[in-house]
Amino acid sequence: MATPLLEVKDLRLAYPGQGFRARPVEILHGVSLTVGEGETLGLVGESGSGKTTIGRALLGLAEPSGGSVVFAGRDITCLPSKERRALARDIQVVFQDPYTSLNPSLTIGDILSEPLIVQGATAKDARGKVGELLDRVGLPADAAERLPREFSGGQRQRVAIARALAPEPRLIVCDEPVSALDLSTQARVLDLLIDIQRRTGVAYLFISHDLAVVRHISHRVAVLYRGDLVETGPARKITATPEHPYTRRLVLASPVADPVEQERRRAERRRLAAEAAPDVA
Amino acid sequence: MTAETPTGRPDPRRRRSTAHKLLRDPQAVVTAGLLLFIVAMGLLAPLLASHGPNESSLDHIDAGIGTPDYPLGGDHSGRDIWARLLHSINTSVVSALIGASIALIVGVAAGLVGGYYDRARSATEWTFSLVMTFPGLLLLIVLMPLTGGDFRITMAIFGVLLSPGIYRIVRNQVVGVKNELFVDAARVSGLTDRRILARHVLFAVRGPVIIATAFLCGSSIGVQAGLAFLGVGPATVPSFGSMAAEGFQNLYIAPLQVVWPSLVLGTMTASLVLLGNALRDTLEGATRRPSKVAALKAAKASAVDDASSALLVVQDLAIAYPTPSGELNEVVSGVDLRLEAGETLGLVGESGSGKTQTAFAVLGVLPPEAVITRGSIRLDGRELLGLKESELRGLRGRTIAYIPQEPMSNLDPSATVGSQLVEGLRAASGVSRQEARERVLALLARVGIPDPEHTFGSYPHQISGGMAQRVLIAGAVACRPVLLIADEPTTALDVTVQAEILDLLRDLQEEMGMAVLLVTHNFGVVADICDRIAVMRDGRVVETGTSLEIFREARHPYTRMLLDSVLDEETVRTDPPAAASPMAAVAESAGKEK
Repeated sequence: MATPLLEVKDLRLAYPGQGFRARPVEILHGVSLTVGEGETLGLVGESGSGKTTIGRALLGLAEPSGGSVVFAGRDITCLPSKERRALARDIQVVFQDPYTSLNPSLTIGDILSEPLIVQGATAKDARGKVGELLDRVGLPADAAERLPREFSGGQRQRVAIARALAPEPRLIVCDEPVSALDLSTQARVLDLLIDIQRRTGVAYLFISHDLAVVRHISHRVAVLYRGDLVETGPARKITATPEHPYTRRLVLASPVADPVEQERRRAERRRLAAEAAPDVA
Repeated sequence: MTAETPTGRPDPRRRRSTAHKLLRDPQAVVTAGLLLFIVAMGLLAPLLASHGPNESSLDHIDAGIGTPDYPLGGDHSGRDIWARLLHSINTSVVSALIGASIALIVGVAAGLVGGYYDRARSATEWTFSLVMTFPGLLLLIVLMPLTGGDFRITMAIFGVLLSPGIYRIVRNQVVGVKNELFVDAARVSGLTDRRILARHVLFAVRGPVIIATAFLCGSSIGVQAGLAFLGVGPATVPSFGSMAAEGFQNLYIAPLQVVWPSLVLGTMTASLVLLGNALRDTLEGATRRPSKVAALKAAKASAVDDASSALLVVQDLAIAYPTPSGELNEVVSGVDLRLEAGETLGLVGESGSGKTQTAFAVLGVLPPEAVITRGSIRLDGRELLGLKESELRGLRGRTIAYIPQEPMSNLDPSATVGSQLVEGLRAASGVSRQEARERVLALLARVGIPDPEHTFGSYPHQISGGMAQRVLIAGAVACRPVLLIADEPTTALDVTVQAEILDLLRDLQEEMGMAVLLVTHNFGVVADICDRIAVMRDGRVVETGTSLEIFREARHPYTRMLLDSVLDEETVRTDPPAAASPMAAVAESAGKEK
């Protein structure tokens, strides 16, 4: 891995403050991370930690106030809108909510062919490609003529994945793509994402609050806490032997689906909490 | 995940087009039919009337109804009232078209730009506020010399004066829709702003604009007639307004002359307003209340077998919702549950399994269209089904309490946390305000809020989601209920906060000895806190058992499938990154060119 596909260096991002002469609120305080070709980097953090903001900055939906984003050797931190649009070929997104991320008034076929047509495909080619995309995400070919509301959450998320795959990108930002789904659907969608990665070599920046999900799909994991990256490393190491206290707390707080094991974990978490704040009790 | 009502599932019948739905609405059909008829009459005026609108004949001054060739008689200048009436329709229709289309073009265009681009908004806002300050009718009269009295130009100006209303509607809709994820997704797909506006944003604006158009047409017609009534504009243009004005002057000689124009004008504007309302109902989905099925609700408690000692006994509970075709669609079909005092029962299932519906039935807060078709819910031996709302109110809060999934949306944003808790406590126990306040402060401290005084005086938006859930728990346990129903109480929270909330629930349960019915889809949460588990699927309980039994030796294949879907701790991705080989990349780009 000589040059990573994506290199984020010291990324800072601030939103203007609320109210007159309010100071801007900094969400990210200098985050650096890399994603290699064909690799999945899992980004874990709790709500408000800035993990979604990182994704939006990479996608050009939020403007960084400092630092740089280099994609395939090219600085894409602040691109003019025309060049940013051209980048749609390479960087795509799957959002969390499959209910609002698909335009309810367009058919699945229109949703999938739109990115192809803006990239210069003819309507006929786009139609052919739509069938292929639906097949790749495990949806029937007749789905193209139907509207999003006729599908379940898991199926809609498959449509969103198909849309992201349409331009054959090199990187997909997955922003909590399975957290709105049922348990059994969740596992199937994750397997689909892994399968697609193996076949196409696409890289994922996988954002989630759920350590179990991230562990399942990521090669490496980065832990974000209040706008700072506190720990990065191979998935096994982060989840088995976390170093940073926050990561340790996160690991112990995730309940495990086994009453006996969970009781042990709970005791350990409470012991750790008591150690950390002996004077509270 | 909360939306577990039966409407959530895909239904091919729902794909009926808006036009189809409109055709089934008698109000829309009648008003649109009337309007079409009137417009057609206007278009056919040269054929239907034997005279021009301004042709006068001295023989027919104030001629009566039924005079040959003058079906409605003549006016005081001897003109054919029937002919003038038909030609006035055309004047009205042209006014409506000009006024409404100018208002739409200006308002929609500016609304899209002002809503989508934050930088342009202050300019558009300022401009349209300025336009709104113009006294409309007066301006139109003052500008008469400039327009040369041509009613079409007057209507174009009026259209501009109407545009702020449309601008506001469109701008508000666009501001709402532009942060939707599908608009973000379109931007990431590389669409130009123009294409996003035309294809993704305009559709959301469509409904309200169509509705407003009906009202715009109505007011354009009204203003044109009003100006003509005042005598502003040339007398040669036939108009309901000038006809009515002349009729008024002639009221004592021929009283019917004022009736005809008023009648047609009234029919047109009323039809437009009613059509607008019908459009609103159809496009914005005003669902009609289902016909009185609530009477069924008091289903007789089916034969109760053993008088068991359990705290909560749910037997053969079935809940149904009426479908659009009038049949009942069962979402819960025969659920049996038992909950002992002081015990925690996890009700587990995927979305649509009916777990929330079951919990709501116990609380007695099912939506009004829900029908309990059979079954019994007994709390401490007392049948809850069929109780009056006032009796249920006595139970809720005191005996049964509830913790919701979304803490924030269950607190009133306009009142402080403290006042809400005090109000709830006083409603349930009737203590004095001062005593309630002290008890609430003690409770807030008990649920782990670091500075109870401060939180007491805070508004919900000033506290975090975890704090809000603690506040709701404090409210729920305030009267020491015997049964606490928690519907996905930690789903909206971070894992670290979730662990703390579960700890709190466990501690409170031990302290107060209450039973907890926990509705969840998360097996980790279940393993953490539940004594027993009931697994639901498609409205039925497929398996019940102690936590250990279910996790270690689940018998039902569905339970096993769910447990297998849990992403376990050991699975870590081991395959190396699938770096795209150069050859594959070449093949792929070749495919792209083709």
